[in-house]
Amino acid sequence: MKAKVKFAIGAGIIVGTLSCLAWVGAQQSKTYYHTIAELPTLQGEALHQRFRVGGDVKAGSIQHLSGRVDFVMVGEGKSLPVSYVGTDPLPDTFKDGAQCLVEGKYMPDGRFVAETVQAKCASKYEAAPTQGAPGSNPSSSSPDTKS
Amino acid sequence: MDLFGSYALLLAFLCVLYAIGGGIGAVVTRRPLIIKSARNAGFAACALIWVGFASLVYLFFTDDFSVAYVAQHSNRNLSTFFKLPAVWSGQEGSLLFWSFLLSIYVFSALFTYRGKHPELMPYVGIVLASVQGFFLILNNFVASPFRIFAAQGADGILHLAAQADGRGLNPLLQYPEMAIHPPNLYSGYTGFTIPFAFALAALLGRYPGEKWIHLTRRWTMIAWCFQSIGILLGAHWAYAVLGWGGYWGWDPVENASLMPWLTGTAFLHSVMMQEKRGMMRVWNVWLVFCTFFLCILGTSLTRSGAVNSVHAFAESAIGHWFWSFLGVCILVCVIAFIKNRDYLRSDNQLDSMISRESSFLFNNLILLVACVAVLSGTLFPVLSEAVRGSKISVGPPFFNLVNVPIGLFLLFLTGIGPLLAWRKTSTESLRRNFGLPLTAGVVAAVIAVAFGLRNFYVALCVLLSVFVASTVLSEFYRGARVISARTGSNLFSSAAQLTMRNTRRYGGYVVHFGMVLVFIGLSGTPFNQDKQMDMTPGSSMTIGPYTLLLQNFDTDQQPNYTAERATIDVDRGGKSLMMLYPQRRFYPSNEESGTMVAISSTLKEDLYVVYAGRSPDNNMPVIHAYLNPLVKWIWLGGVVVVFGTILALLPNRQAVLVVRPVAEASPASGEAQPAPVTFTARSQLPSSHD
Repeated sequence: MKAKVKFAIGAGIIVGTLSCLAWVGAQQSKTYYHTIAELPTLQGEALHQRFRVGGDVKAGSIQHLSGRVDFVMVGEGKSLPVSYVGTDPLPDTFKDGAQCLVEGKYMPDGRFVAETVQAKCASKYEAAPTQGAPGSNPSSSSPDTKS
Repeated sequence: MDLFGSYALLLAFLCVLYAIGGGIGAVVTRRPLIIKSARNAGFAACALIWVGFASLVYLFFTDDFSVAYVAQHSNRNLSTFFKLPAVWSGQEGSLLFWSFLLSIYVFSALFTYRGKHPELMPYVGIVLASVQGFFLILNNFVASPFRIFAAQGADGILHLAAQADGRGLNPLLQYPEMAIHPPNLYSGYTGFTIPFAFALAALLGRYPGEKWIHLTRRWTMIAWCFQSIGILLGAHWAYAVLGWGGYWGWDPVENASLMPWLTGTAFLHSVMMQEKRGMMRVWNVWLVFCTFFLCILGTSLTRSGAVNSVHAFAESAIGHWFWSFLGVCILVCVIAFIKNRDYLRSDNQLDSMISRESSFLFNNLILLVACVAVLSGTLFPVLSEAVRGSKISVGPPFFNLVNVPIGLFLLFLTGIGPLLAWRKTSTESLRRNFGLPLTAGVVAAVIAVAFGLRNFYVALCVLLSVFVASTVLSEFYRGARVISARTGSNLFSSAAQLTMRNTRRYGGYVVHFGMVLVFIGLSGTPFNQDKQMDMTPGSSMTIGPYTLLLQNFDTDQQPNYTAERATIDVDRGGKSLMMLYPQRRFYPSNEESGTMVAISSTLKEDLYVVYAGRSPDNNMPVIHAYLNPLVKWIWLGGVVVVFGTILALLPNRQAVLVVRPVAEASPASGEAQPAPVTFTARSQLPSSHD
């Protein structure tokens, strides 16, 4: 057999095996994105998937309880009560008003049980308007170019 | 100063336009004066970008809060040390920093090859200037860092409205690694522009032979080295600062930095096929194109909001610019390729499965598969939305399932590849080269399993690590023994001489050895443990062999933050080992808190203690402790990889040795030595050169 053919067979086996692994991995970890507004409209099978939902943490809603942290996420005018039950400490960036991304399951009672919570980090902050700075109203005086 | 800076960038943009126009003129007319003029425009553009960048740095150091970008990323309390990293902590500044680093590369490349390769360099100049032009459009017209605050006064005219103080630098970035991680990573991203420019230029100009490969080898290695350092520093920052006990989470931004590294690594290996055997010409050109595309894609992923990431910059319209630029680049490359593809025909075919060529082919295949897997995992939400209408993301299990076997297979190739002969390797030489290292690997794996490391991948990783390390060491030993026999010097100085004689080959081995150390470090992951507990003073928790005793906790008031900290006594076997002080800091200026992890690191394991806040039940500190085996090996491996790359970048030193000319002059005398056949045979291969 020519070396080229042998190589093609070897490559086929490798790519095939890895594709199978990728498929298994995708099945194990796939998570559906939904918006807060979409969650209550889901029905049947779709309700038992793993979800990832993004929104803002409602100011003053964070409650540290024993074994879990409860807070309310808001987005598109709707709100979603979330219970975080994961073991990892919440990220430093998680606070009132932060943009966050929760991953977990949606309960029939309308509560979201999250296993992981991510909050927008570091570099994300730059677009926030400056607040309380003298001499400029953040909304009306967006930075202007002089040159 | 803001005016000065923005005019400098504007002028730089004009120079770049001139360099492109002049370059095209130079290609068409071939007149030396035009070639020179276009090149000089390139130099001027670089110098002007430096001026622009320097003015932004100056604005940061003088606390000029009339400039919006400065006010958003710095404040008066910020220590002088962090004013520099604050310059590239936001979108506009980091884009200018891109231009700045790119201009250093461009300047060096234009300067190094000034007056040389008159057929090739005008094309290179055009490609480089075009890439610079794109970033200068962003710097000037889309995301200028020199915008100033203005407010409408009573007279209806806009007036300067300087702020009293800035918002400060995000505390998560106030960490020394953050000062050096972005420059390294960006140097990697921008550095790949040079091989890209040469490859495209050679294709456009149908520049003969493998010259562009020789010309760009060092540039690629420099970019690769920076990219490696950048990735590792990023991982270390995530580990030491974010307080989640891990260093890699398959986040889109991490993936974005890994992908060009994977294709770049493939390229560094496959160029050898082209240099030595004239094979894989098409492949190499596309590898370097793809590496550059992935660099641009990586930058755009983090800025366009296309993919959700914890690190991403604000969603902004800038994404469209990047997608358009990427589209144009791909189009240009495809057209150039279709037009000139006959120029890339291979000289040779694959002769045997057991040969250096096939090991390179598998190395490339597997690196590419890894890259495709990471890319598709990263873009899964985008792809699934396009195909099935629902946005689905995949998590770490996907990436790990695919990439762990790939990593181990690569490790295996790292061991066998360098010892296989070109074209065809005999069974006899296989046995001679690999018998001992393989036995050592198997013995090590058996010992590891006996000691309780019962995990298939970990056992395999131990086997392969020992196997690769022994092949590397035996290569050094064989070569050093020959030199030692001839010169009478000891083995160590002989090994050093050997390395300096063929830095590329032996530097490469050192890089391989460093990767082995990294793999050893990664193999500790399945054995990570962690434990979280509410602790009162006097209470203790046990993790692995350690007992953590909370002595007390208090509050520490500092000018720019308030810290809650715990004092923890660490015991092992009843003996007090050390004290650890995990903290949680609150920065009032931007109302953010940051974790200061206490890490006690040894080669065996890291004890990683996080102050996770106060318990809602009893208001006592919550301590989260992790025991992560072998993590230090990863950082150690990184240092070795960098050292190896630097070695490989050094020029070969042959003059000091009398041996080489003699051996080359009369091969027979070389073979008469007790040296193993592989060594003498390999030393007669055309040595690497640029």
